[in-house]
Amino acid sequence: MERLRPPQVGQQIDGYELTQFVHRGGMATLWRVARPDLTLAAVMKVPSIQDDPTAIVGFEVEQMVMPLLGGPHVPRFVAAGGFDAQPYIVMEYIDGASLRPKLDQSPLPVAEIATLGAAVAEALHDLHQQHVIHLDLKPSNVLFRAGGQAVLVDFGLARHERLPDLLAEEFRLPLGTGPYISPEQVLHVRDDPRSDLFALGAILYHLATGRRAFGTPASVRALRQRLFRAPTPPRALNPDCPPWLQEVILHCLEVEAERRYGSAAQVAFDLAHPDSVALTARAQCTGDLPLAQRLRRWGRSIGAMPVRRNVTQQLLRAPIVVAAVDLSQEWEALADALRATVRRVLQSEPDARLACVSVLKTNRIGLDTPTDEAGRNRHVQRLVQLQHWARSLALPPERATYHVLEAPDPAEAIIDYARSNRVDHIVIGCRGSSGLRRYLGSVSTKVVAEAPCSVTVVKVPRAETLAAEASA
Amino acid sequence: MTIALMTDIHANREAFEACLAHAAEHGADQYVFLGDFVGYGADPEWVLDTLIEHVARGAVALMGNHDAAAIGELSGRLNTSAQQCIDWTRPRLSEEQRAFLAQRPLAAEDGPLLYVHANGWDPAGFDYVFGPAEAGRSMRVAHARITFCGHMHEPMLYHMGLPQRVESFAPIPGSPIPLSAARRWLALPGSVGQPRDGNPAACYATFDELTNLLTFWRVPYDHERAARKVLEAGFPPHLARLLLTGGA
Repeated sequence: MERLRPPQVGQQIDGYELTQFVHRGGMATLWRVARPDLTLAAVMKVPSIQDDPTAIVGFEVEQMVMPLLGGPHVPRFVAAGGFDAQPYIVMEYIDGASLRPKLDQSPLPVAEIATLGAAVAEALHDLHQQHVIHLDLKPSNVLFRAGGQAVLVDFGLARHERLPDLLAEEFRLPLGTGPYISPEQVLHVRDDPRSDLFALGAILYHLATGRRAFGTPASVRALRQRLFRAPTPPRALNPDCPPWLQEVILHCLEVEAERRYGSAAQVAFDLAHPDSVALTARAQCTGDLPLAQRLRRWGRSIGAMPVRRNVTQQLLRAPIVVAAVDLSQEWEALADALRATVRRVLQSEPDARLACVSVLKTNRIGLDTPTDEAGRNRHVQRLVQLQHWARSLALPPERATYHVLEAPDPAEAIIDYARSNRVDHIVIGCRGSSGLRRYLGSVSTKVVAEAPCSVTVVKVPRAETLAAEASA
Repeated sequence: MTIALMTDIHANREAFEACLAHAAEHGADQYVFLGDFVGYGADPEWVLDTLIEHVARGAVALMGNHDAAAIGELSGRLNTSAQQCIDWTRPRLSEEQRAFLAQRPLAAEDGPLLYVHANGWDPAGFDYVFGPAEAGRSMRVAHARITFCGHMHEPMLYHMGLPQRVESFAPIPGSPIPLSAARRWLALPGSVGQPRDGNPAACYATFDELTNLLTFWRVPYDHERAARKVLEAGFPPHLARLLLTGGA
């Protein structure tokens, strides 16, 4: 491979002065740059390889995709240029370490894995919502800001679903990085956001066990093994890995994308709520698949064609829906109406996750200590009622979770919950429109006004309200 | 500088008006019309007068095969129903309108941009860019980095990198596409006045020269009115149906 003569400190490129060498990657070098009009600390990325078509087109892809990205989970784009002679991209300098050194310290404590994993999942979800799949997620491509937010870098293999895919048919070898590449990428599929969830699973696996889930495969034949071989379950390598974490990791590493999490937000949700993770056979398994199952998978892997679904379609299928359930007595009629609406929402979105949330009101001042007997009882009682309310929805355990929040302001608690869990849709009841409630403002009114997502407000049909009043 | 690229207007006043209004709203300050202003539709006079005004203000307007037929060139090259529309159109045109059509060039070049009605290798032959093979043929002979091409009624974007392999992309309306300077591009904005991809909404595109962003648009318009006028003019009914269904 022919290497370009590397740039040097002090060199000027399009008015940017290279002030400091930062990093050398496989395909490019990074330099701190200065220019009078720059308003932020910036780096310039310069390709170092001239005659590798993947590298050349990859840089072109990055120049195309980066200007369209925004938010805290990608470096801010500044400029791209030099198409004729010396191509470059100037972007925000992220002053933080990558996830790479954490591999050497692994296995990490479970709480740290959950925090890091949730941060990466959150960044991925943000990227997916911008119609982009990373397709080369690995520890060296994840940086952390000082506040702990993950930043994804290197979009050279990325796929923007609304742009032409310059890498689509161009190359015969699978595009990705051996230890992290998903089975469908091995089969040249480049439009499924769940490929990134597989890579996330491979990262979590390494952090939890200190080992790579699939080794370091060097040939396409070795890569294809992940189409039918399951990795050694994490708990077999590290007994300290709790069943819930093994469940999350193996759920991400499912061979068929259809069997993985529906979205990165759902992964973040489980990493943030270990107690709510529904344990399936994944959590219990201790060895490789039985031979018969392996053979079946191997048979399927020959000529396998994965289900195709693009980012937008997949995210629409896999929302996190919150049912805000009030369980006070006057609320009973509304409970049925709320359940009927939730059922409709879930029916149309097959990968949706339902979080049933109920708020226990506490005093604003003073201590409602949740540790005392009475407090604990109230909490458990509410949880049991919540599960009872949801029973007739007949959801499989991995699709529903139950949360009792304790807060002085129910609306605020629901809004906070929706924000921190990247909820897509809240379904909430509203108890008619008495004069007093209009004056004070109801919970649902505030949720509608301030929630960061769509809100469906459910009312009891007027006829039923009248009947209830007549019989009272 | 935002260039609005409109082609194959085909005497459809309702569609043309809607696209012009949409382009103005989206900041277009330069207009390029890639030909086929007449034929199939019932409002050739209004469409041509509007184009004459735009050209007087600096717009580019090319000649299409239906325009050539309308001034008596290119005889015997149109299908029967298209010829029937042209025969209806011809006596309606004023001297000024005919002169305008006669002066239209087949292609125009502006820096890195090439405008053609049919294709870049032989604009006068009016062969179609049906797919990647023809798109590649056109891009390989062009000096320009980006070719904008009419004649095909379905929107499509072709591109060619260093290995000269041509790929196609069905654009998503309203999503800007950065046209990387490292490759060649050929864009078919699709027809304003007679879309044929199953969607009756009018097609056109805008290109921002500064940012290199190309955006394809679909503009809904009163296609039922345009279809009614086609029937009233006595054109073959399938031409009205085409406007109602978009050819689905």
